[in-house]
Amino acid sequence: MFGRRNPQLNANDELIHLLSIEGLPQATLQHILDTAGTFLSVNERDVKKVPLLRGKSVFNLFFENSTRTRTTFEIAAKRLSADVINLDIARSSTAKGESLLDTIANLSAMHADMFVVRHSESGAPYLIAQHCAPHVHVVNAGDGRHSHPTQGLLDMYTIRHYKHDFTQLTVAIVGDIVHSRVARSDIHALTTLGVPEIRAVGPKTLVPGDLREMGVRVCHDMAEGVRDADVIIMLRLQNERMSGAMLPSAGEYFKTFGLDAAKLALAKPDAIVMHPGPINRGVEIDSAVVDGQQSVILPQVTFGIAVRMAVMSIIAGNSP
Amino acid sequence: MSRILITNARVVDPASGRDDPGAVALDGGRIAIVARGHDPRLSDFDATRTIDARGAVVVPGLVDLAARLGEPGSEHTGLLESELAAAVAGGVTSLVCPPDTDPVLDEPGLVTMLKFRARNLHRARLYPLGALTQGLKGEALTEMAELREAGCVGFSHADVAIRDTLVLHRALQYAATFGYTVWLRPNDAWLGNGVAAKGPLATRLGLSGVPVLAETIALATIFELMRDTGARVHLCRLSSAAGIELVRAAKAEGLPLTCDASIHQLHLIDVDIGYFDSAMRLVPPLRQQRDRDAIRAALADGTIDALVSDHTPVMEDAKHLPFAEAEPGATGLELLLGAALKWGEATKLGMAKTLAVVTTRPAAVLARSRGVAESRQGLQEGAAADLCVFAADESWTVDGTTLASRSRHTPFARYEMRGRVHFTFVAGALAYEAAG
Repeated sequence: MFGRRNPQLNANDELIHLLSIEGLPQATLQHILDTAGTFLSVNERDVKKVPLLRGKSVFNLFFENSTRTRTTFEIAAKRLSADVINLDIARSSTAKGESLLDTIANLSAMHADMFVVRHSESGAPYLIAQHCAPHVHVVNAGDGRHSHPTQGLLDMYTIRHYKHDFTQLTVAIVGDIVHSRVARSDIHALTTLGVPEIRAVGPKTLVPGDLREMGVRVCHDMAEGVRDADVIIMLRLQNERMSGAMLPSAGEYFKTFGLDAAKLALAKPDAIVMHPGPINRGVEIDSAVVDGQQSVILPQVTFGIAVRMAVMSIIAGNSP
Repeated sequence: MSRILITNARVVDPASGRDDPGAVALDGGRIAIVARGHDPRLSDFDATRTIDARGAVVVPGLVDLAARLGEPGSEHTGLLESELAAAVAGGVTSLVCPPDTDPVLDEPGLVTMLKFRARNLHRARLYPLGALTQGLKGEALTEMAELREAGCVGFSHADVAIRDTLVLHRALQYAATFGYTVWLRPNDAWLGNGVAAKGPLATRLGLSGVPVLAETIALATIFELMRDTGARVHLCRLSSAAGIELVRAAKAEGLPLTCDASIHQLHLIDVDIGYFDSAMRLVPPLRQQRDRDAIRAALADGTIDALVSDHTPVMEDAKHLPFAEAEPGATGLELLLGAALKWGEATKLGMAKTLAVVTTRPAAVLARSRGVAESRQGLQEGAAADLCVFAADESWTVDGTTLASRSRHTPFARYEMRGRVHFTFVAGALAYEAAG
């Protein structure tokens, strides 16, 4: 058809926006992870700043609330010496009266250099990237069920940190995959980086069979799903899905698909346990596992800052 | 009354399959002469205007069984005027509009007014469908006999699914009492709420998906209710291969059934959504390639009776939203002919059979729904002079900004289309003439 170039790449295949991990070359992902590695030391210094984005304005546009994700982007931008403006536009733009594109046009007129966008509708950052001024870069901080690319990248950074080689791994992603932008980003990143076995684990209501088309093995049995896994990524179960037509109760979910010590014992002895947060202790994961030896949930948060610094500095350095 | 002679034409009659060089004379709103080769009557025909068609095709005017015109609801913007102008610019001389207007077409007075306003514009003939239930709420029946008297050609629930099967049962019983045709889009109320077709593309993009089940379950329900009530049904805009199989079986069984598919489902698939292209936000949603292939085949073999534009005016801003929030629909009246020709060419059907899916076949559906005899349809002497004259080999590039329709959005933007309409006649009067 027409105009089907990946909109996040320029004519030289350099990253100018980060909208999704899908379609990005392996080398681009590795470059982001390598760059994040160099920023990790910055975060451990007394003066945690580098001047890469000095004089640049980064606008956090959160059409959907998320204090935690917004804060990590804010910290990352500030450590790059950018000016950060937070706009909490909690509800969708249409509900506010002003259209999404009018909001974007107004902010562009304030000479924004980068938009970090969180929106409840899949694809909203694409619309913004299409319609903002050419010099403005867009980072997707989570859109609907579609994509959460910086979370996907920080998960990859974490896996690489502990496991080094992607090409020998078995990774189990457990939980509400159908509604999860994190799962989609992880799956695209893991397949791009050459992980041979990716399992999507959960009941049929949350893990439908057509996920196979994304290159994953679908498991509806927790024991089968985590057996001999090197990495287990637990997904947050949204409150609104804990009872109703998707699942009967949080208790039954924990019993069947929650990660406790007994189920974790089925994985490889050195398996790591990840979670994008915020955690529902006792719903998708047992407290003992969260706080246990194999949990890398807090390091994920630390790596997340470095990965977001890497993404922002890379895209800001590439011109449309 | 003008007497018009169209000479040097390629006269195509989809009803008989004839495709010959010749001439057509119009007089008093009717087709006076259809001449194939030399016809001595032509020299005696005293024309007020003679048009040299220069080899262009003369065909019965197109009949579009699904076109929304935004009225009632947009009188202040004059949408009815622009969209009826778009119809004749596309060679469409008759169109059926669904009742999901604002207010809903559930009152005879609204129908009378709409027909009156359309008639005064002297463009295409407008055949409204009345609402099957009051306010399309799926609760109480409308006054169908009154609405019929006001000019409704059938009764429809537009794109609003009826949740209560008992109400649908009663509605079909009541319509069958008077022999009215009920126009239904098969879509289950509970399963049919997504914004894209369920499948790999929707899964990847994280868009809520409508499963094929939404169509097949609704079809199974409709067919059971038809068997019980004897109601006649026209199914609107089929979208799936599995749905078409059910329709094929129901037709073989002898249920009084016709159906249509839209130009979008005929040419496009879910993958065309690309990176959330809201021009592809359509109802029903675009499905997979095997579904498109089945629709193309079923239209060729007659299982699908008619091709429709599914014209739905969507104003500029309503598409500049994230995919799921964008208003569904596309402009289509001026693309119906081109879409049919594109399909016919690829399917190697020949001109007459290709044009039948937008002329005589939908005309037959409409005639049955109106309860009128089918004699003197199409290119016959004595038939109403609703004609379209188009150059079959002239190609053009679709550009929303150059269309007569006020709605600019179409998934076919930048497509190369063949077949350019030069003249459209409605009841013997010139309703459209291309510039230049």
